[in-house]
Amino acid sequence: MSAFAHAAGGNAAVTHQDPPARRRSWATWLLLLPGFLWLLVFFVFPLVQLFTVSLQSKYPGYPGYYYRDVNFGNYVDALTQFGAHFGRSLLFAGLATLFAFLLAYPLAYAMAFKAGRWRNVMMICIIAPFFTSFILRTVAWRQILADDGPVASTLNFLHLLPGGRITETWVAVVAGLTYNFLPFMVLPIYASLERADHRIIEAGGDLYANGFTTFRKVTLPMSMPGVLAGTLLTFIPAAGDYVNADLLGSDRSTKMVGNVIESQFFKVLGGFPLAAALSFTLMALILALVFVYIRRFGTEELL
Amino acid sequence: MSTIAPQSGSRSHGGAAYRPSTWRRVQSWIAGHVVMFSALLVLVYLFIPVAYTFVFSFNNYRKSNIVWNPQGSPTLKHWKDPCGAPGVCDALVTSLEIGAIATLVATILGTMLAFALVRHQFRGKAASNLLVFIPMATPEIVLGASLLTLFVQGFSRFGLRLGFWTIVIAHIMFCISFVVVTVKARLQSLDPRLEEAAQDLYAGPGSTFWKVTFPLVLPGIVGAALLAFSLSFDDFIITNFVSGNETTFPKFVYVSYLRGIPAQANVIGFSMFVLALLLVIAGTLVNNIRKPKV
Amino acid sequence: MGLFSKSGGSGGFREAKGDLRLQEVTKSFGDFTAVDNLTLEVPRGSFFALLGPSGCGKTTTLRMVAGLEQPTAGRILIGDTDLTGSRPYERPVNTVFQSYALFPHLTIRDNVAFGPTRRGEANAAQLAGDALELVQLSHLAARKPAQLSGGQQQRVAVARAIVNRPEVLLLDEPLGALDLKLRRQMQVELKRIQSEVGLTFIHVTHDQEEAMTMADTVAVMNHGRIEQMGAPEELYDLPRTTFVANFVGQSNLASGPITGRDGDRIVAEVNGTQVAIPSSRCAVDSGEVTFGIRPEKVRIHEQRPEGAGSDVQATVRDVSFTGVATQYQVEVPSGAVWNVYEQNLDVKPISVRPGDQVWLTWDPAHAFGVPVDSDAAAEALAAVDAP
Repeated sequence: MSAFAHAAGGNAAVTHQDPPARRRSWATWLLLLPGFLWLLVFFVFPLVQLFTVSLQSKYPGYPGYYYRDVNFGNYVDALTQFGAHFGRSLLFAGLATLFAFLLAYPLAYAMAFKAGRWRNVMMICIIAPFFTSFILRTVAWRQILADDGPVASTLNFLHLLPGGRITETWVAVVAGLTYNFLPFMVLPIYASLERADHRIIEAGGDLYANGFTTFRKVTLPMSMPGVLAGTLLTFIPAAGDYVNADLLGSDRSTKMVGNVIESQFFKVLGGFPLAAALSFTLMALILALVFVYIRRFGTEELL
Repeated sequence: MSTIAPQSGSRSHGGAAYRPSTWRRVQSWIAGHVVMFSALLVLVYLFIPVAYTFVFSFNNYRKSNIVWNPQGSPTLKHWKDPCGAPGVCDALVTSLEIGAIATLVATILGTMLAFALVRHQFRGKAASNLLVFIPMATPEIVLGASLLTLFVQGFSRFGLRLGFWTIVIAHIMFCISFVVVTVKARLQSLDPRLEEAAQDLYAGPGSTFWKVTFPLVLPGIVGAALLAFSLSFDDFIITNFVSGNETTFPKFVYVSYLRGIPAQANVIGFSMFVLALLLVIAGTLVNNIRKPKV
Repeated sequence: MGLFSKSGGSGGFREAKGDLRLQEVTKSFGDFTAVDNLTLEVPRGSFFALLGPSGCGKTTTLRMVAGLEQPTAGRILIGDTDLTGSRPYERPVNTVFQSYALFPHLTIRDNVAFGPTRRGEANAAQLAGDALELVQLSHLAARKPAQLSGGQQQRVAVARAIVNRPEVLLLDEPLGALDLKLRRQMQVELKRIQSEVGLTFIHVTHDQEEAMTMADTVAVMNHGRIEQMGAPEELYDLPRTTFVANFVGQSNLASGPITGRDGDRIVAEVNGTQVAIPSSRCAVDSGEVTFGIRPEKVRIHEQRPEGAGSDVQATVRDVSFTGVATQYQVEVPSGAVWNVYEQNLDVKPISVRPGDQVWLTWDPAHAFGVPVDSDAAAEALAAVDAP
């Protein structure tokens, strides 16, 4: 029964195009216009402008002044001078995404299947730390992980810390990224698990008996759209982040692209074109990775 | 699910065989609760820095609030005077104002977009979905940099200086996409038969929307607004680019970090956390009371 | 019944009274024709069932009557009022949806009062209370739908529809989600409500037993067309197509050429056996015919009966005892398997086992003949298995 009813229902909206669709077309535009206008003026247009800036050239001898040009030299500089920073950004973000996934899945799973009426409370427990402020929490981590802090001194006492310290190393940066973007991994996975039909998972339990096999063959595939969205929402901001590297990392060995962009914008006179080129290169790299990733694992549901 | 099997198996051994099964029962109890247990561990992990913030709000520090000073600590003096540090309450008020305005506008615009994208058929729908998605796939630093370029090079001509309103504009922009995604998910899971039933029961398009569709989508809209507010309130990277001399709470913390963050910031940060937690727990409790389980 | 007084309609609401009439209604979705040139008349106050397998067009027909779909061609009328093109909220028609579609955010009382409130009835709450009383749920009025059992939700859905006193009440597989016992109970209850309020009920179902027990008239639909329409007994006793023969109850069918006439009977040769069909019960009078006989009309004999007219030897394949009856599956000489039901009236039951040879007899007056349609037979069998 239902198969047909669905087909009919689904088509109905399309075939009804004659009078109702026309009656609604102005309504459609009314709904779309304000939001799209906002996104066009404050997202698309600034990106275009940033792109033109990335092609500008410096006035030789006048630091801080540049003129309109089509100069791809900024991009060459970005890649040759700051290749290591790009590598670190992608590597740190990738590691943070992996760890965030490992931490987020049990939490999302417990919320969807075990928490009952307290799932909303667990949900707010995940969002609430936002209100303490991301910076304040990252600084807190810095103090907790500091050389004379409880974690580092315990590990040092047990001779388990090879370098002798946690802060100022890539470990601290990755840990900070993992921590800060964890909610962005939990929420989409939770949403897709909650939407999944629990009876199917129970049926999986009957078929496979072994809990882990049920998870691998039934639960995980059903939550894939959420995992996909979560990894993107974690990886992308992590790759562009500079606060964690700034507060938890060292000056030299853990700087990411974000740090370079920030300092070119605010601390280097005439750094605008190079900063813009760095921004676009980062965005292109991320979009390319995301595209490959969606192609490999993706679903249409994401969009 | 697997908890039942070992227990029923052990029963067939008779009373004497209960002893070896104790360990198995413990095992199966652990297996049954390991997920919940690790989830709670992750929650604890999320709360560690919040707890640190809380503890150090009682620190009677001398120069900067980094090292615990045993003399005179814990002290309530920062809690008695949360605005004691210069600028901290101004920053908080600015953040709350920006969050409120940005949430309101982004929620309205985003909800409208979500309705159009789910309920209406139009040409260019795929492109529209992409336009909503891409801001989320753009690193914040790129958004901040491009908006700074726009405001400095384009908008200064119209007298728009970096400050409060440029932050509001930027926050609305990045919140819209999150609102659209959240409301869209709720709309898509709405049973179309409910609206058909409303029409069937003499509700015209207007009352179908206000009596059925809107109340059912409302939890999604509220969730989206909450998300938008928390994203706006906590944003630092984009804000730092477009804020000029205006100081939001995260920016206040970041700027004062080098000199040492005043404990008043800890007081405020922790209070906001508790406030958010209490509000939602209260809401959940009210809901649970209103619909008792049958 | 005076409680359900109806004041003037609001907005574009169309008052209409009388029989429901569908005139040459067609509905296509792209290339797919869901309903194909359907003409139908349902007398006012009758209990009418649309019966058919998944995808036969019965739900689409219902949705067109409700106004949730517009026909591609044709007209829909109640009495003399043409409802074609009007919106669902303008029609004196209400629906009990398949999954009930109760509003989860409203209490039971508000769900039921929804229709009267929208139509501006001053005493909407009073009407809702009366309707809830009719379905015996007054004590649950303050609850939300999620707190009710499936059967209770179903009754709320009925109350929410009939409170409006529609000219036509549509029921879309209303009992599909209930378990067997509850379904039986609700069938009786719906029947009671219908006779109490006297509205036209149109009941869509794929369950032939449900259609037969409840409806005054049953229309069997297949491929967007009505195959046959009539009282339940009539459909069962004398199917006019292979599809109906198989979809409404079971039939033993076999095809062969008509060889002649014997008085008022048509004689056909089916797999080497001469069978007779009363000519009034045969839809064809020359060429090929499909001969049919209902399983319970066939007698089974352990010894060759004396002087029987149309008897067939067969091998028992399966015997299943169901209490009141015993069901046999026997293989006839053509290789086809027939079903035979024997009521367990005798003290000593027939003691045949799989593999035994038996003889089948029947009264030729019970036989029927339908046009040969090999596709339909196969499809109908598949459809019967589906739900």
